[in-house]
Amino acid sequence: MAQSSDIGPPDIGPPDSGSPDSGPPDRPLHSGPLHIGPLHIGDRAFRSRLFLGTGKFPSNASLAAAVAASGAEVVTVALRRVDPDPGAVDILDALDLDRVLLLTNTSGADDAAEAVRLARLARAAGLPPWIKLEVTPDPRYLLPDGLETLRAAETLCAEGFTVLPYVGADPVLCKRLEEVGCATVMPLGSWIGSNQGLRTRAALEVIIEQAEVPVVVDAGLGAPSHAAEAMELGADAVLVNTAIGTAGDPAAMARAFALAVEGGRAAHLAGLATTVGHARASSPLTGFLA
Amino acid sequence: MTTTPVRLERRVSEVPAATAAADVVAFRRDALGPLLRRSAAARSGDVAASLARSRPGLDDLAVLLSPAAAGDLEALAAAAHRRTVARFGRVVRLFAPLYLSNKCVSTCTYCGFSAGNDVARRTLTPVQARDEARALTARGLRQVLLVAGEHARIISPRYLAECLRVLAPEVPSLAVEVQVWDTGEYRDLVAAGCEGLVAYQETYHPGTYGSAHLRGRKRNAAWRLGAPDRAAEAGMRRLGIGALLGLHDDWRYDVLVLAAHARALVRRWWRCEVTVAVPRLRPAAGGFEPARPVEDRELAQIVCALRLALPDVGITLSTREPPRLRDGLVALGITHMSAGSSTEPGGYLAPGSAEPQFAVSDERSPAEVAAAVAQAGYDPVWMDTIGPRCLGTG
Repeated sequence: MAQSSDIGPPDIGPPDSGSPDSGPPDRPLHSGPLHIGPLHIGDRAFRSRLFLGTGKFPSNASLAAAVAASGAEVVTVALRRVDPDPGAVDILDALDLDRVLLLTNTSGADDAAEAVRLARLARAAGLPPWIKLEVTPDPRYLLPDGLETLRAAETLCAEGFTVLPYVGADPVLCKRLEEVGCATVMPLGSWIGSNQGLRTRAALEVIIEQAEVPVVVDAGLGAPSHAAEAMELGADAVLVNTAIGTAGDPAAMARAFALAVEGGRAAHLAGLATTVGHARASSPLTGFLA
Repeated sequence: MTTTPVRLERRVSEVPAATAAADVVAFRRDALGPLLRRSAAARSGDVAASLARSRPGLDDLAVLLSPAAAGDLEALAAAAHRRTVARFGRVVRLFAPLYLSNKCVSTCTYCGFSAGNDVARRTLTPVQARDEARALTARGLRQVLLVAGEHARIISPRYLAECLRVLAPEVPSLAVEVQVWDTGEYRDLVAAGCEGLVAYQETYHPGTYGSAHLRGRKRNAAWRLGAPDRAAEAGMRRLGIGALLGLHDDWRYDVLVLAAHARALVRRWWRCEVTVAVPRLRPAAGGFEPARPVEDRELAQIVCALRLALPDVGITLSTREPPRLRDGLVALGITHMSAGSSTEPGGYLAPGSAEPQFAVSDERSPAEVAAAVAQAGYDPVWMDTIGPRCLGTG
């Protein structure tokens, strides 16, 4: 297990030149390390809390640049996009597998049996035994089938896989998945690719409150502010694909998401002020009672 | 999987109830006339309103296909481009047809394989088909569509299943575009490794269908219309439908019914991935002349309108179209493209030994097509499948 390490300040501008005349542009935006700590999943620890999906990128080169800019240490790849022919060029050619953990997903599986078959195929092909479990029988909204996901998770956990299931924002289902041994739960913020943000916010709050495993908010995060919001709520990590892969500059957007994730996590740890529906006087109204 | 069983006897001319085919018949009877009138009467304000709709319906499709919308093609293209990138990303999937046989007993006025045409005929053995497939996989292709003429005895379900079984270990994704069959035969094809069915209705207009399909089983339009329902019932994962533009003189008629058919399939067979295609008639043996050729700008308008009205449905484009047009249409909504196609049986290893089905316009190699796709800012994807449903319980 990795030591609890401080994440240094993100590289968001030139270092402080030390010159008193250089004025505000050279001053760092903040100083001192952000104490956001590592994320533990299964037997691994990660410094980055931004997971990156790899579909929808215009090229392997732009994907590689986005992975680097994001600092992501967990990268998901659809097994359906992996060519078993060792000579073929495919999505894996964009990834440095020494630096990132390859999280194979079962995209395209429409029941538990297919998802289990794909996970076994991935392991047989020498890919890490970490599976992002996706059972999405509806090819349009790609909504997860909770029943089949739970069945597949039970089998795969028993076979020793580290299972990270993609599910609807259903607090009870998340507890059931935890009980069968899943390493995380990955509830959706809104439909995959919709960029609608945290439409499921109220349910995510319950899931985060109840979870004994890390909660990774997956799907629908269309802007860095959505990612920051999820982290502020107390999510342990987020997974982003469409918003980065289809951005005008995927690498720059990846960096923007990384900053938002750090900011949101730091804000959560710092203790966010609670919102209230009315003004509250700074001086207590009941002070005279003392 | 719990689905409504499709009961359909051979050679019946009615479509069974509670199928996408029945939905198409009802749409054609009840909704199509008013939609065609709406399309003819649409003005630029209607086009703007339909473009602004977050979930355009078939009435919006009628407006987007209208002459008025043709005047604002750039706005349609911008909206379609945004929709495509958001839903599908900057990705184009590449595939190739593999022609098994050009033997045919049907007489179809527009097709080079038509029974009456005095042309060189050839049927590949399964081993020859495998050799052709190896030529394709060596060029990078991983998704192959098996195509054949209509000859129930020579290109039988048994022959097709044998070809599928021989190819399945070497080709990750296989689909068929052949004479339409019944649910039981489709089950056999799925069990042999078939992932998808392509069955274009050619034209949804009953009169034009009758005058284009003169002899053979393809004359039975209702039986053909029900093929995607039967394939879905049999467990096919992918369904491709299409209309051959230029056959019927009003392309708006065919595009509207095609979209209604796609929507019906999506609704009834919600686990299936549906794609649509709007191939234009090409020169072929027999010398058929289109009733009304569809212009390039009209084709672009059709692709944009289909993308907006069917935002989650793939759109396939073949090598019938010339390179410049193909490269441009990618940004407007094309998600699947054939590449480096030969339309004659055995044409990849020994071109010129049999009559092609039609003349291709884009003669670039798969690598050249992939390079052009990349040049346009899209990722050319060869491999994208988890295999046929028959593997699911393995």
